[in-house]
Amino acid sequence: MSAIAAPGAGTGLEPLGLWARLSSGRTLPVLSILLVLIAIWYVAAFSLNAPFQRRLDGESAPGGTLAFVERTLNQAKPTLPSPHQVAQNVLENTFLRKVTSNRSLVYHAGVTLSSTVLGFVLGTTLGILIAVGIVHVVTLERSLMPWIIASQTVPILAVAPMIIVVLAAVGITGLLPKALISTYLSFFPVTVGMVKGLRSPETNHLDLMHTYNASPAQTFWKLRLPASVPFLFASMKVAVAASLVGAIVGELPTGAVAGIGAKLLSGAYYSQTVDMWAALVAGSVVAALLVTLVGIASRVVERAMGARPA
Amino acid sequence: MDRSLKLLSFSAAMNVIASPLKPADVVPRPSGASVVEARGLGLTFKTNDGPVQALTDVNLSIGKGEFVSFIGPSGCGKTTFLRVIADLERPTAGTIHVNGMTPEQAREARAYGYVFQAAALYPWRTIEHNVALPLEIMGIGKAEREERIKRTLALVNLSGFEKKFPWQLSGGMQQRASIARALAFDADLLLMDEPFGALDEIVRDHLNEQLLQLWARTNKTICFVTHSIPEAVYLSTRIVVMSPRPGRVTDVIESTLPHERPLDIRETPEFLAIAHRVREGLRAGHSYD
Repeated sequence: MSAIAAPGAGTGLEPLGLWARLSSGRTLPVLSILLVLIAIWYVAAFSLNAPFQRRLDGESAPGGTLAFVERTLNQAKPTLPSPHQVAQNVLENTFLRKVTSNRSLVYHAGVTLSSTVLGFVLGTTLGILIAVGIVHVVTLERSLMPWIIASQTVPILAVAPMIIVVLAAVGITGLLPKALISTYLSFFPVTVGMVKGLRSPETNHLDLMHTYNASPAQTFWKLRLPASVPFLFASMKVAVAASLVGAIVGELPTGAVAGIGAKLLSGAYYSQTVDMWAALVAGSVVAALLVTLVGIASRVVERAMGARPA
Repeated sequence: MDRSLKLLSFSAAMNVIASPLKPADVVPRPSGASVVEARGLGLTFKTNDGPVQALTDVNLSIGKGEFVSFIGPSGCGKTTFLRVIADLERPTAGTIHVNGMTPEQAREARAYGYVFQAAALYPWRTIEHNVALPLEIMGIGKAEREERIKRTLALVNLSGFEKKFPWQLSGGMQQRASIARALAFDADLLLMDEPFGALDEIVRDHLNEQLLQLWARTNKTICFVTHSIPEAVYLSTRIVVMSPRPGRVTDVIESTLPHERPLDIRETPEFLAIAHRVREGLRAGHSYD
């Protein structure tokens, strides 16, 4: 046992101060970019909203320049809402409202999340099944792959209403039609990733199975599948984000009842730009949450499979 | 039955054919039970640059309990010959029998364990689970599996490392684990393709010594591919010298070294004389051109 040195021993890693940790990690660069983005956003918000504010004020502009800027950045229906308006809207509709309220962002995010997750699970399963077929059946690879690629060139915005309408005609409404649009978008990265992953074992590893006279099923379960796990998780991160897009797009043609997509659409109808941006923020938060969750699952699984800690 | 008898009868003859350069050295094997029997064996790969003759007219008989090394420069077909025995390549001419069966039948009967140049351990399996892999595939029960893992890891001096993942072990230890994996299902024939080629010389010496001890204890037949002359001479009872373009056997040298071989046997005149003959054999096959 003594032959194995503890990882990181003797490399002189000492606990770092807060500033050192901030600047050496990713926190500081990410925060800097955020500040720059907010600054650009304010400038843009001012220049886009200023003409309307000038017309609104007419001849009798009260106060000086500072007051004008303040009014410009706090319009009720601005062309481009300023960051603090969006932040305020998000906070109000997230924490100050009952979750069951129709105005609660948590409620709408929850609706979108449920169809995202269902679509993601279906899409991942479908993607894995197609990949297994493609890797094992030559005919499937030749016949299926072009169609799979073609499927992703069809604009989802055009397909989504048709799926919703057709399924509604046969009596399927609610969660499933939206989830199916998520499935449509999310199976593709999983298929591509899994085909690559299932084909990733080295020649040596495959030869070894051959010398054991292993059956194709044994080779699949004991070699191809475990070897494909890192590829699966990488593609699942892409797939979960695509699922969310699918769910939001799927909410648009349903009559904008509930969900982040519905919130975006009604915001557009009534020029509630602040609401629209707040819904966008909520969507981003959900996306970040989902990708992070997949990332954590990936780390847990890969650690259990003996991955060298990074 | 009569087929195996026929094999037995020409196995002695094969020994003569196997050594066209120095027939005087060939002693007919008393055991007679040949594990590998190649006759007029040839393999031609079709490549984009035309056919490549990896093996031509190989006649060789390997008896039970022998330690045979295959030595020669790159492209001489030594690895290809091992892969033909293992049914990883199909010959295009001649015949080959493993335990009296075709290589395919022998593979299906799990007649051999194969050790690659790289340890080829599955990175997601711990050492004990890597050793368990062939046992799982062959449907051996859990209790029996555990007993065999324990026994084979002890055989390669890796007890105590059962729960480690391959990356936590040094290159030499990984290769020992892969030998344990090849030994786990008790095949009588061990095919080793430059197993220590990627290791440094100190580790290599150590593993050579351990391999000899293991061979003595288990009485297995070992076919060992190498491009190191000292390694071949130190380990083998017989050294097959091969030559490239086309890949062929140019000499078969019987070792006169005793079974008991401490590492410093490599400084004895006897050892050096055999090494010299191997070098001569390589030169005769234009390996140094």
